[in-house]
Amino acid sequence: MSQPAQSADFETMLRLALHPVDPPETLKARVESRLQELTDAAVDELDAWEIGAMRDPRNWVRPVVASAVGVTAGTALVVLRVRAERKKRAAASSDPLDLLRRTVKAAAGEARKLARRD
Amino acid sequence: MDKQHKARLDADFSDLYRAHLRDVYSYAYYRVGNHHDAEDLTEQTFLQAYRHFERAQAESDGRPLRPWLIRIAHNLAANLYRDRSRRPQTPIDDTTVLSAMHTTEDLVEGRDELARIIEAIKELPEERREALIMRFALGMDNREIARAMGKTDGATKVLLHRAIKQLQGLVMTS
Repeated sequence: MSQPAQSADFETMLRLALHPVDPPETLKARVESRLQELTDAAVDELDAWEIGAMRDPRNWVRPVVASAVGVTAGTALVVLRVRAERKKRAAASSDPLDLLRRTVKAAAGEARKLARRD
Repeated sequence: MDKQHKARLDADFSDLYRAHLRDVYSYAYYRVGNHHDAEDLTEQTFLQAYRHFERAQAESDGRPLRPWLIRIAHNLAANLYRDRSRRPQTPIDDTTVLSAMHTTEDLVEGRDELARIIEAIKELPEERREALIMRFALGMDNREIARAMGKTDGATKVLLHRAIKQLQGLVMTS
């Protein structure tokens, strides 16, 4: 017999010698039961986290930061808009007190506009 | 992680488990040489795989996860031996292995040869034995074996070739 044929025969024998081994049914039940326990524990943990999340002050950080960022951005926008109209208000004002009154009124107006848009 | 994502992950893991339970068990059995340790090793492999499944799935980029599973089993088996500081003492259960053979008389000689092969496999260096188990018991291709063993495709091809040659030599001299 030629060497490649011998080699093919040998691999066939090897395949028979190392045939796949079926796991016992008891193992299947054991592994599935353990995996189910892990899955249930993870779901319970997820439920508990969702309910308790907002009760825990540590989970308030993100919403508070998000709100603070929103407020800061809004404030910056109002300041920019009010400053942009400063020259017009200064020209129209009769004295510094009148300019201050007009500036406060403009800022309130810009803040209202921003609040309506949101 | 929301519940929907968790449910999808669990369903995917369930598919992986069903598809590869026999592979992991076969690998474990031929690796440790007895059913008792093979069962423990298989259970631990799937429990560990479950814990890291999300990351493995994300990093797999659509590639099959069987090599990843076998690598977990390989690492756990190595830990088992390290913990016990010994090689497997219980020989592979030849009656189980040989049960796949036909029982007709003309295969008696074949049965003897299978027994010699099983004995010779135990004499191989660990890495070669593992490569043969993956190829012949699990039907893994070179690329899968390479991923499971952390080798290149080329190095795996050479490893398998040398393993078969060495085994053939051992069987012929036995």
